[in-house]
Amino acid sequence: MTQASPSLDRARPEAKGAGFDIGRVLLEGRAYFALIAIVVVFSALSPYYLSVSNFLTMSSHVALFGILAIGMLLVILNGGIDLSVGSTLGLSGVVAGALMQGVSIGALGVVAYPPVWVVAVLCCLLGAAIGLVNGVLVARFKVPAFVATLGVMYMVRGVALLMTNGLTYNNLGGQPALGNTGFDWLGFNRIAGVPIGILVLVVIAVVGSLLLTRTPFGRWLYASGGNERAAELSGVPVKPVQVAVYMMSGVCAAVAGLILSSQLTSAGPTAGTTYELTAIAAVVIGGAALTGGRGNVRGTLLGAFVIGFLSDGLVIIGISSYWQTVFTGAVIVLAVLLNAVQYRGRAKRPAAAGGRTPSPRPAA
Amino acid sequence: MGPQTADRDGDVVLTARNVAKSYGNIHALKGVNFDIRAGRVTTLFGENGAGKSTLMKVLSGVVGPTSGTIELRGEPVVFASSSEARDRGISIIHQELSLAPNLSVRDNIFMGREITGPAGIDYAEETRQAAALMAELEEEIDPATPVEDLRLGQRQIIEIARALSVDSRILIMDEPTSALSASEVEVLFKVIRDLTARGVAIVYISHHLEEALEITDFAVVLRDGAMTAKADRADIDLEWIVRNMVGEGYDLGSPPAGYPFGGVALSVRDVSVADKSGHGAMVVDGLSLDVRAGEIVCIYGLMGAGRTELLECVFGKVAKVAGEVWLEGREISRLSIAERIANGLALVPEDRQRDGLVQTMSVGENLSLASIGAFVRGLLLSRPAERAVIDSSIRAVTVKTSGPSAAIGSLSGGNQQKVVIGKMLGTHPRVIMLDEPSRGIDIGAKAEVFRILAERARAGLAVVFSTSEVSECLSIAHRVVVMSRGRISAEFGRDADHTVTKEQIMAASGEAVAA
Repeated sequence: MTQASPSLDRARPEAKGAGFDIGRVLLEGRAYFALIAIVVVFSALSPYYLSVSNFLTMSSHVALFGILAIGMLLVILNGGIDLSVGSTLGLSGVVAGALMQGVSIGALGVVAYPPVWVVAVLCCLLGAAIGLVNGVLVARFKVPAFVATLGVMYMVRGVALLMTNGLTYNNLGGQPALGNTGFDWLGFNRIAGVPIGILVLVVIAVVGSLLLTRTPFGRWLYASGGNERAAELSGVPVKPVQVAVYMMSGVCAAVAGLILSSQLTSAGPTAGTTYELTAIAAVVIGGAALTGGRGNVRGTLLGAFVIGFLSDGLVIIGISSYWQTVFTGAVIVLAVLLNAVQYRGRAKRPAAAGGRTPSPRPAA
Repeated sequence: MGPQTADRDGDVVLTARNVAKSYGNIHALKGVNFDIRAGRVTTLFGENGAGKSTLMKVLSGVVGPTSGTIELRGEPVVFASSSEARDRGISIIHQELSLAPNLSVRDNIFMGREITGPAGIDYAEETRQAAALMAELEEEIDPATPVEDLRLGQRQIIEIARALSVDSRILIMDEPTSALSASEVEVLFKVIRDLTARGVAIVYISHHLEEALEITDFAVVLRDGAMTAKADRADIDLEWIVRNMVGEGYDLGSPPAGYPFGGVALSVRDVSVADKSGHGAMVVDGLSLDVRAGEIVCIYGLMGAGRTELLECVFGKVAKVAGEVWLEGREISRLSIAERIANGLALVPEDRQRDGLVQTMSVGENLSLASIGAFVRGLLLSRPAERAVIDSSIRAVTVKTSGPSAAIGSLSGGNQQKVVIGKMLGTHPRVIMLDEPSRGIDIGAKAEVFRILAERARAGLAVVFSTSEVSECLSIAHRVVVMSRGRISAEFGRDADHTVTKEQIMAASGEAVAA
């Protein structure tokens, strides 16, 4: 359906005057405009902001939150929330760090040094396992998502602290003799000048987008997030879908954990604290509804970029980090406010819908 | 049309004069004139979208009229809000009750206008008044009971008590019986008669024509926002209402004939379903029913007869405690809902907003939701294949929509129902069960739904539908099964030599037949 503005007009008969169309465009594309405004304002304020190298630097900061946010989006589309991703990110880094130090096997005194790809796979499996716990609690035992993932958040953080006794792994480089070098690849290498973190984000975004728009799973997710009962009666496997989204969110968090510890070349047990809130903020700024069923990857990415580019911009022009916190909060509140405006507009539509169907027959 | 009921005429308390209401280019009301009289029940009849709700909103001050006036006892009035209207003695009871289930009866009655004394809320006084109201309404409900513990019918009474507590002289009731059992309807009607005896004017709205006729004194019929007829109860009958509502003779169809039934498609054997409250009571009690391919079976029963539970149990939504369900010679009790759909079973649920539609998805996505497997190519959904599925569904059930990408909420109730039916027909079922398929849709759409079902039955589909309107039993069904308290209390064939009357059906359901 290619809908030009006249037909949009027809879809909103209660719209008064011509100025409304502009308002509507601004409303629907608000994340784009916010991002453009941020880039324009900071470019004007600082000569260093508008450059390829700065954009790549900022983007690799964004990548971390973007990956978390895409996982979070899946959960939020389902009508849930995942507060445990920050902790999962931290634990993933710590486990990677521990594995890089070598694993003693049993009483044999043998120390195994798994290669980096094995470490990465194991961390992803760990993330999936944490997600599985979340998902089973929510889907099977009907624990409210907020509480279930809050509990898991504390437990996972606690495990990370226990594993390291509160300390940080600093030696993640590996040794050529042990065949476990290359952990810094994720954080430092570039392909065609683009940091690996950004490429990982792009891959996850493309896969996530395909998953949501082009697979049965995506359709199931939107349906069960929009109306679980109707989805179930239409044959949608709502419980497996629910478990799966938490597992995917866990994997995304684990990947982000690997990238972060690689960038920092260290793995601390407190890494990623409050990152879950930033991820939720990105999803919300991207226009997703916390009630489920509405949202997409594009919006979520925009949300992540808005947050990332804003806070990095504030750093570049030298505004105190306290002010950054205030600004970020204001952006989130504004975004939620606009979401409410947008969805209220949609809810109103059916009331006056009766007589304007362009179908040849008169509407019932 | 003589004024035979002149002795019951009360004073005119509220008058609508040329009331019109437009939303943009939509003219929801086009100059409506009528009086509401004290001590009488005035019923608004009309299909969905005829303007009943808009008219009510205007009368109760929720929205203002675009033109025309409302006169309260002869004086033109303008209400700024519904609470202002309530202060002037006009209360509205919406279809969706506006009670807080977690609060007590007393707290709900006085919600927003608590009686306060020097020490905060005067609970003793509130309790006393609430108890007095309950006594007045002859309902034995303790004012301290939480509303969530009450049955729906009782909750309705609480709403009425709330209206009475502000001394409403005009009470507008929107579909008050839509979720009540027959006995609860009786109680409600008794309350309404008591109220009218005390001079309260009632404005009543219902889709349930037979029921409304029982209580009404005066009928006003709306069609397309205009008033098409008004008359005293004594001068009208069901057909008069329907004729004026629809504007033409209506026909819900007759059983499709001239083809043989196939084998038994669905067989329900001694199925029992326990009551949700878990007290060991059975909502479906050892019920058996066979439906053959091509046959249309109507399950008639009152609210609470166990129709919904039976259908949901067959579909796997609620668990049964005993019995077997066979679909085309296969026991399906262990299958999931998805597997039952794959094996050719379909259910159109009773509450399409709650169980039928995903409001966040488009018309097309709703239509294709149950048959996603049909347009997966490899791992991905094929857009062209999906479009083909959606287009054929839209054609099959004649959904009037601006296109597959339209918001589901933009459709009328009847078209939304067709989307739910189309979605389930899209799974190519062998047996389709529809729970109250006509609920909340207008007569035109109803006739169309029945026509679609009759067509499919002719092609070999076994159809089971439930209803609480007798006129629907006598439409396309080959066989009418009457359910009462979880059992089949009677069965009527619709062959030429079997003439079933509405009275027979209603008597079997345990419903009191109005003379």
